[in-house]
Amino acid sequence: MVKRISKASIRLLDGNQAAAEGARLSRVQVIAAYPITPQTPVTEALSEFVERGDLKAEYVAVESEHSAMAVCTSASLAGARTFTATSAHGLAYMHEMLHWAAGARLPVVLACVNRAIGAPWNILNDQQDSISQRDTGWIQLYARNNQEILDTIIQAHKIAETVYVPVMVCYDGYVLSHTEMPVEVPSQETVDKFLPSYKPHTILDPANPKNYNLVTLADPRANAEGVLCHGYMELRYLLQEALQNSVKTIMQVGQEFGKLFGRSYANLFWEDDMDDADIIIVAMGSLAMEAKVAMDMLREEGHKVGVLGLRVFRPFPKAALAKALEKARLIVVFDKNISYGSEGATCSEIKSALYGNKTNASIRNFIVGLGGRDVKARELADAVRKALTSMKSGILNIEYPEWVCYI
Amino acid sequence: MKVNAVNLTETEYALPGNRTCPGCALALAYRHILKALDGKVIVTVPASCLTVLHGMYPITSVTVPCVNTPFASTGASATGLVAGLRATGRKGLTVLAMAGDGGTHDIGIQSLSGAAERQEDFIYICYDNEGYMNTGNQRSGSTPLGAITGTTPILGKRQNPKDIAAIMEAHCLPYIATADASYPLDLYEKIRKAREVKGTRFIHVFTPCAPGWQFPYSDTVKIGQLAVETGLVVLYEIQDGVFRLTAASASLARKGKLKPVSEYLSLQGRFKDISEEQISQLQDWINARWQCYLERANNSRSATDIAESAT
Repeated sequence: MVKRISKASIRLLDGNQAAAEGARLSRVQVIAAYPITPQTPVTEALSEFVERGDLKAEYVAVESEHSAMAVCTSASLAGARTFTATSAHGLAYMHEMLHWAAGARLPVVLACVNRAIGAPWNILNDQQDSISQRDTGWIQLYARNNQEILDTIIQAHKIAETVYVPVMVCYDGYVLSHTEMPVEVPSQETVDKFLPSYKPHTILDPANPKNYNLVTLADPRANAEGVLCHGYMELRYLLQEALQNSVKTIMQVGQEFGKLFGRSYANLFWEDDMDDADIIIVAMGSLAMEAKVAMDMLREEGHKVGVLGLRVFRPFPKAALAKALEKARLIVVFDKNISYGSEGATCSEIKSALYGNKTNASIRNFIVGLGGRDVKARELADAVRKALTSMKSGILNIEYPEWVCYI
Repeated sequence: MKVNAVNLTETEYALPGNRTCPGCALALAYRHILKALDGKVIVTVPASCLTVLHGMYPITSVTVPCVNTPFASTGASATGLVAGLRATGRKGLTVLAMAGDGGTHDIGIQSLSGAAERQEDFIYICYDNEGYMNTGNQRSGSTPLGAITGTTPILGKRQNPKDIAAIMEAHCLPYIATADASYPLDLYEKIRKAREVKGTRFIHVFTPCAPGWQFPYSDTVKIGQLAVETGLVVLYEIQDGVFRLTAASASLARKGKLKPVSEYLSLQGRFKDISEEQISQLQDWINARWQCYLERANNSRSATDIAESAT
């Protein structure tokens, strides 16, 4: 008898459906989620998978996002592969538990459907929510389109379970979450080959009792056998070290994914037409796709423009970025977030990556698309032209960002 | 066989030499709770005095697996443990959530209520020392009328505590009980009973706090007993909706005489400034509640009789 191998199928999926398919194919075992716009369809799709029996998992319809992450951390400690999804205020409400998941080194995966944060109320897209959680110790990966959402969620589980750091997969609300695109949905068989079942390194067991996350002092302390054990600060160092080292794992997992599925993620950021470019647009998430349209417009005018699409925001791949931006004369960073009183978060990071490296590039930062404000390719191109003019003044760095808005 | 001081298992799961204050009623209660579960348990604990009892990394005085979880998340953490065990096919373990009154009545009530409404399969114990004792005695939703705390320093608390067991009863739970660390065998029996029930089980345990309430360390058991003898704490259980007074409260109901609350108050520094008016307010509140419990016990009995005669 010839064994029939099920092939990948191309389906028209919106970003939320792609995320739910990614979680289903990852065979997540415990899902805890609370509905919030624009993430809600993810919770509905996953509930349906579980109720229909298409996914063998516990779906916990919790009463808050704080509880969603608490269910995930405890279920993860009990040895289950866990998943949740949220947006904006939900992510903010989880904040304490995000620290807890990373501090406890639990491989939870979270889909963050990027949305603006109030006040005032706004349900539309920007990236202020996930950027505000950048210091919680989570790996943050950003998708540019729906295929990347599905692929990244599958990879996220493998990365998290390799380095024992939770992973947040971020994608833009509405722009991706509610927009249908053709997505190749891989077969379960291939995903199983890529992502075997979760084998935790430790388990809650009365036969071998352990006490997790108990009070830990600043200094190392000896155990009952007299062996010196880590203090709080050493545990924090190890988390930082794990994030630093996760760059390698992210690349390896991305490469392995490419071999099996034909779409390689052996990169830390996407590079479009960067080879001959001396003007580089930096953007993250779906904005990096929009920037490619602006790039084409500017290329027609004779400017040598390239686009660098940030994929991995935490860990921030400083060395690789500094190398990639080496030849740039002008770097234009678009941020869908703002660190109030300073500048866009990705711009600060880019500057920090470049310091001390061979560069003479001018850097300009534009804040765009907050609260769902439409970002047109024409506006991005205009901003680049404006930056080119101001660059002629010879000033490399401007203290505060410019805003593409009506003030 | 009914458990007594002689046949109680000698196996200890909460070892001596823990970091609680001398005379801690929680240590007494916890010891019996873990005995009743034969150590086949995973515990989840929010920030509380029990965190202190469990020790500091890398040394713990407890021989059962434990997860520490943030203050507001106890009910959700217990939910996660249950879901994780079920998802990975592990059976035969009880999940036990142990939170204080601050962690239950106040910051933890949302996740507890959510879990109880979903009928998650765990035992939740609120050990009640009537305030934020781990942070040095501040007012909580369980602090009694007239008590001086760090955040009611001059006037004392001006409200009665919320009735957490009644709140949990409104969640239609299969098993609810109150207990008192001064009656460890009653507590033990209730845990044994709860262990056999499926769904969310809630036990409210009274745990006097010597340093916080300002009474001598040697008087913990006496204070706990007086709380029952004055009717301030009423020992009962509600299984599948049937209410029953237990232990000392059951015998008090038979004898029908409560001690005056002033006897209980006068032994504790926290009530040193309580006014006569507040004492009589407290006494009235106790009398009215006690009357309700008595009526409820009688009604339940007749309801049980009817049910029995019908079969």
